[in-house]
Formats: sequence, structure tokens, C-alpha cells
Amino acid sequence: MSDPLVLELREQFATPEQQRHTSSIGIWLFLMTEVMMFGGLFVAYTVYRFNHPQAFAQGSAEMDIVLGSINSAILLTSSLTMGLAEFSAKFGRVRLSGILLFTTILIGLAFLGIKFTEYYEHYQQHEAPGVWFNHVGPHAPEVQMFFVFYFLMTGLHAVHMSIGILLLLGLIARNMVGSFSAAYHTPITVVGLYWHFVDIVWIFLYVIFYLPGLHK
Amino acid sequence: MIQAVAPKIEKNYLNEKVGLLSWLLTTDHKRIAILYTFSITVFFFIGGFFALMMRLELLSPRNWLVSAETYNKLFTMHGIIMVWFFLIPSIPGTLGNFLIPMMVGAKDVAFPKLNLLSWYIFMLGGGVTVYALFRGGVDTGWTFYTPFSTTYSTTYVVAAAVGIFIAGFSTILTALNFIATIHSMRAPGLTWFKLPIFVWSMYANSVVLILNTPVLAITLVMLAVERIFTVGIFDPALGGDPVLFQHMFWFYSHPAVYTMVLPAMAVISEIVPAFSRKPLFGYKAVAFSSIAIAVVGFLVWGHHMFVAGESVYSALAFSFLSYCVAVPSAIKVFNWTATIHGGSVSWDTPMLYAIGFIGLFTIGGMTGLFLAALGLDVHVHDTYFVIAHFHYIMVGGSVMAFLGGVHYWWPKISGKMYPEGLARLSALIVFIGFNLTFFPQFVLGYLGMPRRYAAYPEEFQMLHVLSTAGATILGVGYVLPLCYLIWAWHYGRDATPNPWRATGLEWKSSSPPPTHNFEVTPIVTAKLPYDYEAMKEELELV
Amino acid sequence: MITNFRLWPESASSVAGGVDLLFLILLVVCTAVSVGIAAFLIYSAIRYHRKSPNELGTQTRYNIPAEVTWTVVPFIFFMAVFVWGAKLYFEIQRPPDNAMSIYVVGKQWMWKVQHLEGQREINEIHIPVGRPVKLIMTSEDVIHDFFVPAFRTKQDVLPDRYTTTWFEATTPGKYHLFCSQYCGTKHSGMIGWIYALTPVDYQRWLTQGAPEGSLASTGEKYFHQFGCANCHHFNNQGRCPDLRNLYMRPVLLTTGKTIIADDSYIREKLHDPDAQVPWGFSANVMPNFTGVVTEEQILALISYIKALGPQPGTQEPSSSGAAPAEYGTQKGIGGPGATSNAGSQVEKR
Repeated sequence: MSDPLVLELREQFATPEQQRHTSSIGIWLFLMTEVMMFGGLFVAYTVYRFNHPQAFAQGSAEMDIVLGSINSAILLTSSLTMGLAEFSAKFGRVRLSGILLFTTILIGLAFLGIKFTEYYEHYQQHEAPGVWFNHVGPHAPEVQMFFVFYFLMTGLHAVHMSIGILLLLGLIARNMVGSFSAAYHTPITVVGLYWHFVDIVWIFLYVIFYLPGLHK
Repeated sequence: MIQAVAPKIEKNYLNEKVGLLSWLLTTDHKRIAILYTFSITVFFFIGGFFALMMRLELLSPRNWLVSAETYNKLFTMHGIIMVWFFLIPSIPGTLGNFLIPMMVGAKDVAFPKLNLLSWYIFMLGGGVTVYALFRGGVDTGWTFYTPFSTTYSTTYVVAAAVGIFIAGFSTILTALNFIATIHSMRAPGLTWFKLPIFVWSMYANSVVLILNTPVLAITLVMLAVERIFTVGIFDPALGGDPVLFQHMFWFYSHPAVYTMVLPAMAVISEIVPAFSRKPLFGYKAVAFSSIAIAVVGFLVWGHHMFVAGESVYSALAFSFLSYCVAVPSAIKVFNWTATIHGGSVSWDTPMLYAIGFIGLFTIGGMTGLFLAALGLDVHVHDTYFVIAHFHYIMVGGSVMAFLGGVHYWWPKISGKMYPEGLARLSALIVFIGFNLTFFPQFVLGYLGMPRRYAAYPEEFQMLHVLSTAGATILGVGYVLPLCYLIWAWHYGRDATPNPWRATGLEWKSSSPPPTHNFEVTPIVTAKLPYDYEAMKEELELV
Repeated sequence: MITNFRLWPESASSVAGGVDLLFLILLVVCTAVSVGIAAFLIYSAIRYHRKSPNELGTQTRYNIPAEVTWTVVPFIFFMAVFVWGAKLYFEIQRPPDNAMSIYVVGKQWMWKVQHLEGQREINEIHIPVGRPVKLIMTSEDVIHDFFVPAFRTKQDVLPDRYTTTWFEATTPGKYHLFCSQYCGTKHSGMIGWIYALTPVDYQRWLTQGAPEGSLASTGEKYFHQFGCANCHHFNNQGRCPDLRNLYMRPVLLTTGKTIIADDSYIREKLHDPDAQVPWGFSANVMPNFTGVVTEEQILALISYIKALGPQPGTQEPSSSGAAPAEYGTQKGIGGPGATSNAGSQVEKR
């Protein structure tokens, strides 16, 4: 049996250790970029919530706190299975790792399902921004702005989730052809970091969109 | 001392594989650098054409060549193309790609496939932008100020924004690649303080790009969403704040200005020691000044908004920080000058560009002091003074450095020598043409000539005519190198591995280098960077 | 034919001299330093020009005292320029208390000007020399910028808010007015003239072409036309505050905060009546006038409310939102128990 370490060593690297180190630097740098990208949206949201506190509270009151909370729990569970998948790969239990990755995908899909249910409800209640928006009452443009940020930020998050699911599918495929072992499972670690990052972003989104409306 | 000295070999990265596909599917950082060189050259001349059209239009106070509408599109497209498709990717995409792996003694960058992907993303972004231009262009100015861009402009704003958005990913991936390469691909023995300053500057540059580009990306997304769905994000009529856009834009764009000049400083910091045969003076100060520029550069964006209605206290803070960021730039100028003093100075073309760079960058930097002074900025803000200032940095600085760098490493890249006499002549033409173009604009600015005017009062005409005359000379200065470098690629005489007898690792390889850069992975045993003393024998300098 | 060729702009305002002085001193110092660096650079390049192909330079790597010097000395110089520039900026940004107000509305692509005396102008402003003039400006569409090179003043003009600039012309004459923030197709056509007149000429100009009445009287007309008068009675009886003696006074809000009733506050009430409601009054009473009144009409209304008191000179408007000096002493007026902020003012009087 050929050594997977040597198989997976790319030509630009001298040692597997160097390759692992480089991948780790790469993903952390990428996450820095992601933080700044979401950061821009968080800053804009904060500025406008400060400017229009009443309208943002009104908008937030329209959120379905139950679905949002369930989704938070679901997503945190997916982080657990993702972490366990990496953990089992580390100990050479690649089959188990594959199953856990698959579980993570299923949970991720459940999250997206609930998310789109919420989107659909907002759409039906004329809360989707643009031509679909129809808000009766004061501060209509500002309430619409709340929903712009809601759809933009959770939408961007959903895009990240979808990319994560595609990456997980890729991992499962590679796992099935036996690419991973206790010695080499860097891609699982890398995708894992990405997945956890996306989860953390959701926690912040949950806080800024669902919770302000509870004060009413 | 570097132990492995590659012999001249027949197979190199240029001829090992042939055919168009071997180029389009390459993961070799050197070939990707060539792809970038080709692309940014095309973009440079597109942007330059727009500039020439503008200069011609401004010969007369009235619209005689193009309409005001067209003129507005010209300066917008000039800005967009030059900033995002030439200046920001120019030195990193070409020289950075080619040299960083070689300077750190690696076979390739950390993520070669990602590197190729960067180029494709760049071309896709460029394609979308060029599509927007050909469909009728954009007239918002490269700054996309709201609410004009979101609500009032009737041009292809979204397409241009999408093009820039896409190109941003290319920038991010290249930067990420460089940082990972510099961190983990260094040859054995090559510690941080033995790295060439080029690598330090590119590192600082990449860190800035990683952190600021995503902010631009998301700002453009908001702009596009607002425009497509006609919802309120920045439009005050719908509860938005147009000044927030300016904050977010300049949070990106001020550091972006440094990402245009840090790579230029990187190049100059290599040329000056090589042509003075002397270690770079104050190595650590120069290295850390790049980092300082990168860090403090993130804290000065508000100086673009002194008259935009920001509070006097935030203006004070931004003015103070702007003066702080000027210090590391000053340090660099002094250190380059001190390096030349007492060296063995040759007047080869790259050195002429470097000396020109130092002079023009000094003027550009000094006029920055005028703009950072709050009371003065009120008068010169948004006038030709600003135009002249940033062209001294970006054209007099970045483009001069780029040309200097291309000449310096041309033997390594192409394996051929360029015609020295012609090259010196064109360096002189560029220098003269540049000053004639942009120096009158300082005077125009203080006189009060506002930016982005298609027509202007008659009293400004004389200076505009001078500027246009300079621009034609500058144009000649840019076309000449294009011609003789292409000629040299085919007919130049063969270059030796180290024609300048410089110290960097890249010169240990043959010219042009083999696909994997070095026949044997180099091991660095020198104690210091630019160690001419220790390499005296090897370089035959007695 | 090329006319009026010049290398130095006209100086015609009280701050122009200060700006020019800083510019000139910076110019002299920077030129000296630049020439010094260039001379040293060229000298070094010639003096140390390579004599033989194998020559090596002196292998000096650093010189700590020199490096510290050229870090610290520029920094000190920069700080000096910073302080000077900041001092000048405060002078340029802060209008003197006795400044006369003129209202300016920018729109694609013209400047609309309203004088308190009722005169209206387009792309022209007549002002007296020797008197500080404060401009209160807003835009109907995109961002513009009010730039008078001869006065060395410039200020962005933003939609949905007021910005101010001021100047005191020193020399009678005709000066360029430019829009200096790109605003669309005819940006370069959004130019005009400032006519600085001697006080005598200015008085003559004011009396020419008799306007319908002062800006405040136009505002009074709108006050009735838009139905404001139906609720805002001058007797504290209605559901709405009495607007007499309101202008530039602190208003206690339902949130417990206090705000100065400046131009921006009054303007905000028309666009977002339910934000920052005064203590003792409820939201959802006043209709929203967005899209009903134009920026120029709002300025007339403000001018009318201003005329309702206090008397000119007792307190100067500041549209930047900065609290005037008297702010602290008047805190508490219109507190809990008072029927309205304006009402308590009346009682006090």
C-alpha cells in the first residue's frame, strides 16, 4: 500500500509538515478576508440601527424567533458533527469521519430549509425588500432597510453555507477513494475551520436580527 | 553564501513546454507572471488611451472633441481601469509573482493552482468591466459616490461594479498566496531579516490587500443591491446615509493607495542596492516602515472627507494620523538616498528609473503634506492639486518603479538583454513628459480648477495646454519600451545568469530560470541580506 | 485666445491670507528639502559613479544617529504643520456669531440662492464686503460642493442634511463659484459668480427688483398653505407645540434627551415627525411632509420659525448640531410638567 503522505505531497513542498503548515496559513488568511467582508455589513447595520432605532426594532419584531432559535441550535450541532469528523479522521477512523461529514451536510441542508421557509414567509407578508415590499405604518423606508440588511446578510451567509456543503461533498468523495488517513487529513481540518467560521457568523446574525425585537 | 549555483541549461520555463494550452493551463508562477504582464499591459494602454482623450479634450476650455457626457465616462473608465486593472495588480501580478518564490528560494508559490485561478478571475473581472465600457461606459467617477451612483446615473454602474468585485477576488487570492509563500516556503537558512526588502514590502502589501479588498467588495455589493432593487442603503431619500458610503469606500481606497505604492517601494529597494553595489541602508528601518505604512494606512481614510461634513474633531484625528503615516515614507526616501551615497553607482536604465522615482515620489509625498493640512485641504480638495499629487505617487512613483523593475529583471524573465541606449533615452522621455504633464496641474489646483470638469474658464487654458503637451511626450515614453522590449524578447543578446552582479537568490538561477527555479534547493548561509562583502569572490567583485 | 493667464489665485476673503501664508511657507520648506534631496542624490550618483566594472561600494549598513534624526525631525516638522493647519481649519469652519445667513440649495446642475430679505438668485450670489456671510446649504439630489477659490472655502452640499460654510469678502469684485464634487453630466456647467459689493452697492442691490417679501414672510405663507397653522397654534392649546421662541432653544424629548431646535431639527420634523418627539406630545400626530414640501420651501419655513423668536443676535443658529455656549444654562427648560418646551419659554418671558 502506498503511503498517502507521499501521494498527497504537492511538488512545490519539501515536507508534509510544510504542506500542512501552509494550508493552515492559507485558510486562516482566507477567514481574515471573510471577517472583513461580513465586518463591512455589520458596520453598516450598526450605523443604521443607531440612526433608526425604532424602525429596526419594528423590523426585528417581524422575525420568527422560534425558527431562528431552532436554526441556531441546528447549526451549532452541525459544528459538533464537523468537529467530530475531523477528530475521528485524526485517529484514522476515516469511515466514521465520512459518516459524520454526511451528517453535517444533512444538518446544513436542514438549516437552509428552515431559512428559506422564513424567507418565503417574509415574502408572503410583503417584507422582502424592493417591489415586493409593502409596509403600513411609520418609518416604512427604514423598516425596509432593516429587511435589506436581513436578506443581504443572511443571504450571504446562506451562500457561504451552500459553498460549505459543496466542499463537504468534495471531502466525502475524496474520503471514499481513500485519500485521508490519520497522517493526512488536512482538507478536513481546512473545511472544518471554514464551517465553524460560518457558524460563528450566524450566531452574530441571530443576535442582531432576532433579538432586538424581543424588547417590545 | 548560496551553495547551489545553477549552470546554464538548455531547458527553461519558457521552452520546456510549448503551445497556447501549455500557457493557459500552466501553474508555474513565472508563466503566470507573463500572463499578467500581457494583461496589464493591454489594460494600461486602454487606460492610457482614455487619459490621452481627456488631455486632448482639455486643450480647449469648451467641449470641442467630446461631449461632457463622454468626458465624464472617459475619466471614470480611466480611473477604473488604471486603479483596479493596472496599478493594484501590476507589480504584484507580474514581478511579485515571478520573483517572490525565487527570492525565497522556493519551487513555486504556496498554492500554484490558486495562482492560475487568480489570473482567470482577474481576466473575468476585466472582461465584465470592459463589457460595461463598450456597452456605453460608466459616468460615476471611479469613486462611485452615492446617491449619484445608486439613484441618478443612467449608465452601466452595476456591470462595472461587478467587474471590480470579481477582480477583487483575484487580488485577495494573490495576496493570500504571497503571504503563505513568504511564511512557509522560505529556503533553509533564509530567516526574516535576511529576506530582500522586496519580499518585506510585498508582504506588507499583501496584508493590506487581504484586509481591505473584502470591504470594497461588500460595499459594491450594497451599491449594486441598492441600484437593482431600488431599496435604501445609501440613498438619503430612503433613510440611507451617503457619507457612510464614503467612509466604507475610503476605508478600502486609502489603504488601496498604499497597495499601489508599496510594491513600487519594493522594486526601488532592490534596484538601489543592486546598482550601488551596497547593502540597503537601514534595512530594518525600511522593512518596518513598510509594516508601519500598512498598519497606519488603515487609519487615515477620513482625510478624503475633510469637506464632506465630518465633524471637526474626527478631521483633527485623521489629519494627525495622516502626518504620522508620512514619516515611514520619509524614512524610506532618506534610506534610499543614503544607500546611493558611497556606493559604486552605475547609470543603467533601472537605476535611472529608481532615481527618477525617488525624486518624483518625494514631490508626491511632500504635496501630501499640503493636503493633510486641514486648513489648506479645504482650498485644494477636489481640485487639480489632488490630481497632480496622486499622479506623482502613482504614475511618477508606481509606473516608474514598474518600468524600472521590468528593466532590472528583464534579463532574468526573458533571458535577453534590452538595448541599453534606447532604454535610457525612453527613461529620460518618461521623466520629462511626466513632469511637464503633471507639474502644471499643481498650479491649476491652487488656482482653483476643480476636478472632473469637461469645460473650464479660459484663464486655465495655458496650463492645460502645457499639460497636454507633456502627456503626448509621456505617451511616446511609454510606447518606446513596449516596442524595444518586444524586439529584445526575440532579438536581444543572451543574458548571463547575473548580469548586474546582484545578490538576490533569483540571480543564482539561470536566465531564464528552469521550471522549478533552482536545480538544487538553495541553502542560505549568508549572515546578512545584500551581503556583497561575503559574495565578493562569487560575484567577481574585487 | 488665452486670456487672464495667472499663476496665483485672487485672494478676496478674510481667511485667504492665512491659507496663502501656510501654503507659501510649506512651499518654501518643501521646495528646499526636495531640492536638497535631489541635489544630494545627483551629487552622490555622480561622485560615486562606478569607475571600474568590478568596483564595490562602501559596505555601510546603518547609522543609528542619522536614522533617528531623519525620523524625528520630519515628525516634529509634520506636527508643526498639523497644528497650524488645524488652527486654520477651525477658523475656516466656525462662522462668527454676527454672520448673516443666506440659504443655498444645490441641484443638478444649478445653485439656487435665497436671501433672508426675499431675493432669489440662480448661480449668482450678491454679498456685501466686510460682513461675514454664513451659507446654510442642502441639496435636492446628489452631493454637490460649494467652492469659491478666491475665498479659499469649500464645503460639500449633501442631500437630506444641512452643511454650512462662511466667508467674509474683503475686496469688491466678481469671483468664480464652482461645484467641486462630481455631480453628473453637466458638473462642469454648475458654476456661477459671487458678486462682492461695497455696502452701499449692496444696499442698492437689495432695493432693486422688489421681491414679494422677506423669506420669513414667504415662510409664513407656506405655514398656512401646508396647514401647519391649523395645529401649531400660538396659545399652547393644540396637540402641537407652540413654535414661538423655539428656534435654537433646547427641547426636552420624550426620550429624556435634550436637543437644540436648530435648522436640522426643524427640517427633520417635516420628514420624520415621529422621531425625537418633544416631551408632553405624542407621536403619530403630525403628518409626514416628505415629497410635499421642497427644500426651498423648508428653508422659508425655517426662516419663518426663526423670525418667531428669539430676537436676532441673542443666539446664532448652528446647523452643524453643535451646542451653543448657553446650552448648559438652559437645560431643564420644558422639563416634566411643562405643557411644551416653547410654552415654558413663554412663561419665562
